[in-house]
Amino acid sequence: MKLAILGAGAVGRSVAELAGEYGHTVTALADSSGAAIDPDGLDVDAVLERKDETGTVGDDTVDAALDTSYDALVEATPTTLDDAQPGFSHVEAALERDRHVVLANKGPVAERYDEVRALEAESRGRVLFEATVAGAIPTLSTVRSLGPERVTAVRGVLNGTANFVLSRMAAEGLDYEHVLAEAQDLGVAEADPSFDVEGTDAALKCVILANVLYDGGYTLDDAEVAGIRDIPGSALELAAEDGRTVRLIAEVADGDVRVGPRLVPEHGTLAVGGTTNIVQLETEHAGRLNISGAGAGGPETASAVLADVGLLEPLE
Amino acid sequence: MSESEPVRAYTVRLELQDEPGELLRALEPIADNGGNLLSIFHERGNITPRGHIPVEVDLEATPERFEEIVAALRENGVNVVRAGAEEYAEELVVLLVGHLVDTDLSDTLSRIEDCGGASIDDVALSAPDGTDELSSARIRMDTHAGAASAALATVREVAEEKGLDVVEPLAGGGDA
Repeated sequence: MKLAILGAGAVGRSVAELAGEYGHTVTALADSSGAAIDPDGLDVDAVLERKDETGTVGDDTVDAALDTSYDALVEATPTTLDDAQPGFSHVEAALERDRHVVLANKGPVAERYDEVRALEAESRGRVLFEATVAGAIPTLSTVRSLGPERVTAVRGVLNGTANFVLSRMAAEGLDYEHVLAEAQDLGVAEADPSFDVEGTDAALKCVILANVLYDGGYTLDDAEVAGIRDIPGSALELAAEDGRTVRLIAEVADGDVRVGPRLVPEHGTLAVGGTTNIVQLETEHAGRLNISGAGAGGPETASAVLADVGLLEPLE
Repeated sequence: MSESEPVRAYTVRLELQDEPGELLRALEPIADNGGNLLSIFHERGNITPRGHIPVEVDLEATPERFEEIVAALRENGVNVVRAGAEEYAEELVVLLVGHLVDTDLSDTLSRIEDCGGASIDDVALSAPDGTDELSSARIRMDTHAGAASAALATVREVAEEKGLDVVEPLAGGGDA
């Protein structure tokens, strides 16, 4: 399979690096300032070396990358809200050319799901987006194999940064600001952590799940979202005295999408530690299923992207 | 059907206002609804933090009659704190975060109890930086079977009004 990869951050980069191992060829790799293109297959190492040295992957344009020869477009540019641009236009351009699209970018399927599905219906290409929900954890493929109509609820810990902060606060009796600074030093939290700690990132993943479970109709505006910023260390101590702890829990159930801090048993399934994510599916016939693992990280998320690529039929 | 159910002994814990006629107002609904009074323990010297007098009543009734008695007590405006282990089936724990003291914690608690479905079992308050700063409270309550979501709705409503954050337990038994 020939892949054009848009976005050369941790995920796009890892997809490019691992593509060969999975039997694929990278024909284009673009970042925000340019693109490297070779219809016969790029020398990925050379392109990434150039990016490290000069800050850009190549002199071609993103439009040229969208026009080159590929079977699947891997969209791994940063997630944006509202109109989800430029990710949405990239999806549109590939589908109009009857190419497949594999998303790591949450924006298009969280904010403009119905439009993406309408474009897909007109195209010979398919749109897959396993990597958008809980990184390496096979959430959407598990939902697909169970049948979305037989999954009655999904809940979980879907943001590693918020989870790291809460689990450190509880374990060390520290306050939010202190733990956040530590998380930033470790590279677990971004310089601007608001997307993670205010619950937006977890909410986007839940919105995507709701779109899959209920066949569209959801955007971030439909989610009830609360973050963890205002939780003092004293609240975690009170929870701990009672054998409980607090986790930022994302839930999709009965048509509602909710993200917020919740009390969970200290040693319960959902009280995962550090940056681990967990997805818990309530199913009609198979009871409760728990899947936990890495919800972020370059190679981890790339493995979900490449799993999607493996499901696609070659296009002529 | 109800008369074929076994008669059981129940303990009802009430809080009465310190006014004449209050005890009678509390006992009438029991007798009127077929409850058999066994004993009344009137703790006159032991006023609750809200200035009420705790009263413990032991009675016998069928489970169905007992439900009617508790409902009738509440209709009469009697504050039922605890009514037998079976009646209060679900334990609910929430955390409240914010300016709990400035916003009148005892009012917050009595409004949660006044919703009818919950009785507060235990409150722990932590205000490490003084009562002028952000504080946290853990509130454990017993709720009628099936009334937990109504109690939670009351907690949310009061918290919203007072600008407090609520850390709720997971709904739907998802806490395994």
